[in-house]
Amino acid sequence: MSEAISAVDHDDHSHGPAKGITRWLFTTNHKDIGTLYLWFSFSMLLIGGVLALIVRAELFQPGLQFVSPDFFNQMTTNHGLIMVFGAIMPAFVGLANWLIPMQVGAPDMALPRMNNLSFWILPFAFGMLIATLFSEAGGLNFGWTFYAPLSTTYAPDSVTFFIFAVHLMGASSIMGSINIIATILNMRAPGMTLMKMPMFVWTWLITAYLLLAVMPVLAGLVTMMLFDIHFGTSFFNAAGGGDPLLFQHIFWFFGHPEVYIMILPAFGIVSHIIPAFARKRLFGYDSMVYAVASIAFLSFIVWAHHMFTVGMPLAGQLFFMYTTMLIAVPTGVKVFNWVSTMWRGSMTFETPMLFSIAFVVLFTIGGFSGLMLAITPADYQYHDTYFVVAHFHYVLVPGSLFSIMAAVYYWFPKWTGKMYSERLGKLHFWFSFVGVNVTFFPQHFSGLAGMPRRIPDYALQFADFNMVSSIGAFIFGFSQILFLFVLIHGIRNGKPAAARAWEGARGLEWTLPSPAPYHSFTHPPKVTDDEAHA
Amino acid sequence: MKQSIKYVSMILGLIMAGYGFADELNMPVGVTEISRQVYGLHMTIFWVCVVIGAIVFSVMFWSIISHRRSLGYKAATFHESTTLELAWTVIPTLLLVIMAIPATQVLIAMYDTGGEDMTVEVRGYQWKWQYKYLDDDYNQTFSFFSSLSTPKDQIENRSIKGEHYLLEVDNHLRIPANRKVRFLITSEDVIHSWWVPDFAVKRDAVPGMLNELWTIVPETGFYRGQCTELCGKDHGFMPVVVEVMEEAAFDTWYAQEVVAAAVREEAMSKTFSNEELMAEGKQVYTTFCASCHLENGQGIPPVFPSLVGTAMMTGPRDEHLRLVFDGVPGSAMQAFGKQLDAVQLAAVVHYERHSWGNKAGDITQPRDVINLNSGQ
Repeated sequence: MSEAISAVDHDDHSHGPAKGITRWLFTTNHKDIGTLYLWFSFSMLLIGGVLALIVRAELFQPGLQFVSPDFFNQMTTNHGLIMVFGAIMPAFVGLANWLIPMQVGAPDMALPRMNNLSFWILPFAFGMLIATLFSEAGGLNFGWTFYAPLSTTYAPDSVTFFIFAVHLMGASSIMGSINIIATILNMRAPGMTLMKMPMFVWTWLITAYLLLAVMPVLAGLVTMMLFDIHFGTSFFNAAGGGDPLLFQHIFWFFGHPEVYIMILPAFGIVSHIIPAFARKRLFGYDSMVYAVASIAFLSFIVWAHHMFTVGMPLAGQLFFMYTTMLIAVPTGVKVFNWVSTMWRGSMTFETPMLFSIAFVVLFTIGGFSGLMLAITPADYQYHDTYFVVAHFHYVLVPGSLFSIMAAVYYWFPKWTGKMYSERLGKLHFWFSFVGVNVTFFPQHFSGLAGMPRRIPDYALQFADFNMVSSIGAFIFGFSQILFLFVLIHGIRNGKPAAARAWEGARGLEWTLPSPAPYHSFTHPPKVTDDEAHA
Repeated sequence: MKQSIKYVSMILGLIMAGYGFADELNMPVGVTEISRQVYGLHMTIFWVCVVIGAIVFSVMFWSIISHRRSLGYKAATFHESTTLELAWTVIPTLLLVIMAIPATQVLIAMYDTGGEDMTVEVRGYQWKWQYKYLDDDYNQTFSFFSSLSTPKDQIENRSIKGEHYLLEVDNHLRIPANRKVRFLITSEDVIHSWWVPDFAVKRDAVPGMLNELWTIVPETGFYRGQCTELCGKDHGFMPVVVEVMEEAAFDTWYAQEVVAAAVREEAMSKTFSNEELMAEGKQVYTTFCASCHLENGQGIPPVFPSLVGTAMMTGPRDEHLRLVFDGVPGSAMQAFGKQLDAVQLAAVVHYERHSWGNKAGDITQPRDVINLNSGQ
């Protein structure tokens, strides 16, 4: 090759995507990979949702109607695993892929080939996980928390596939988080100091460090399980000198930061949308950053509040009760700041804003029940009842999931260059909002009245609450088909969107045309005070 | 403005209506001193949340209703205030400290397990509870299993569900009123959790660990709870039923049980007829085996093998006994030698070898079980 030709090649940044299936298989483009992540996550949401509806159908009335108790356990287990690892986490990674390069003024992610790998591992991991449902040995039936020895000595043989699937998911998450950290720390446009970064970038930076810290712990845990099952060790087997509680300590040392991995990016998203539709800057940017950092730190020292009933020494119980209560402080700071952002703004209520306001209200309700659960003596009554189910669904569904939906609506015009139908979007919101509350609010009551979680059949006094809850679940489930319709309708028939699709939207991504070019910023943009967040 | 008054009165109305139902919707107050304190903590933290929520949400909804562009409201430009940030960091922290004090006191009281009048060991099994009454030296005096007594017909919707559907057992735990009863909780297989809501007593039963709990119940009556830790297939079907008895009545019952235990011990040397073994065997099979191998012996292959016409059922009797006695390590087949006495073991093995078309043609006596073990 002559030098002249290679020089031309080098300057040619405007080439588009490859044609056909190879575009998706071999892509190293952050937008394509983001799209893959998001559609993957949506399909997992539907699969996990179907499992949840099977659970709710069985619980519609007392007695066993549709499924056997063991199959019921397989449904709850796979619902949890698919929703946590397949729906919520990949959706946030997809959003990170789409948004972080645009928000920091970079052309792409720092490590594009690894980016491709970290996505394409996932379909195999989940293919393997879901395939266990059809295995002769029986599907996974030990709950998404897979406590030993139910998941080791007493597990179906398919557990080994589960272990391998978790390893793959962990590898994917670790690569994804390394990529995000590398992008944020190295590829910001000149002038974008750390304290001028958009909140979504901040929350993801901290989330990525959490992932990097705890995914190896999870990998270690499932490896210990593998050894217990196949190689004769007794890490979790009391008869061999091991300790079943060791499992829970390691699991929740991973598990509690994991919970915040699923909510911190949501905080970031909402911190973009509320200012945009209140037409007013985010209130207390600095304290919002510090609050996220504090929550991340606290997440490492509260894990045993999931284990208040296992029989810990008094000093341990008190320590974990106090640290858990402390989380309410930075979380409260965030809520107060969002409300102050709205205060004396000039608000409009498009679909992303509706989802964000619902997020603030319903996530706060989930936070309140969390504070109640922190009070150890009261937790003895709440522990492993539907009160807990209500609590974590309030933070995960109208929390994490609503924030993802808000993000999809908010950045939809930037991604597709089209506007979705506002009327249909609002319809989707109201169905989801009503469905979520009808499903999960009564579960507070059935839990307080004494209904344990993960049971396929229940005593008669819980019948009314369960019926209402099941009706809500079907409303919520089917309204997500409407979501799919709104998206496809928008992509096909939407009106063209402006570069700054929302009047109040700020940040570098809105300086790009809609749809954003295949390579975001080929030349570093100038970070003006108007587009920065501080 | 008028509209907002309407909203506020609607919300107030809902709260009042909710308050009317509060008894059915809320945590039970329970019958012990501790459970009342726990209820108190629960209500305190609940109202703290309600008040904070009411303040935050009213500010927010006020803003949503009045600060909208459609009303021509112009956005302000303020975006930070160190004073406010400090205020809403410090005030919640103080509230939490105030809340932590009573919570700590109750927790310390719950941990005071000393000075007990009697001790009961609670042992979780897939999927039943075993209760052992221990004497002063923690030797076993007598013990029994407690498993679900709700008929399959009710669970499978073939007959009307009873009043205590899924919350009834064959043998319930009995404790005396007004005495400090200590529970030692452990498990034989996976983790279970023993819960009686009215006592505010819940603790995990962990294999290899002995957890301590206590209660003093002043009121007699029946109290019902459930296993609350996922423990496999029949997790939803292992209730806890406790009867609190007058002290004198309890003492009479206790003395009778100690005698009955001695009678059972004597039966070990008796020789039983085929009919006696079949009758006893059927009962043991229904309680201990049928949840996996089913009433008809067909099992749920491949996890729970069929017992119909297999080599084990008609082959050497001692191998069959040995399997039931030791179980199959690493599988759901438990070591029933730890759970059943020689009479029950002999009867159930005899029953299996002569039911559902199995015709082994031998007879198994309690002494065969005893010989099996002394022979090795």
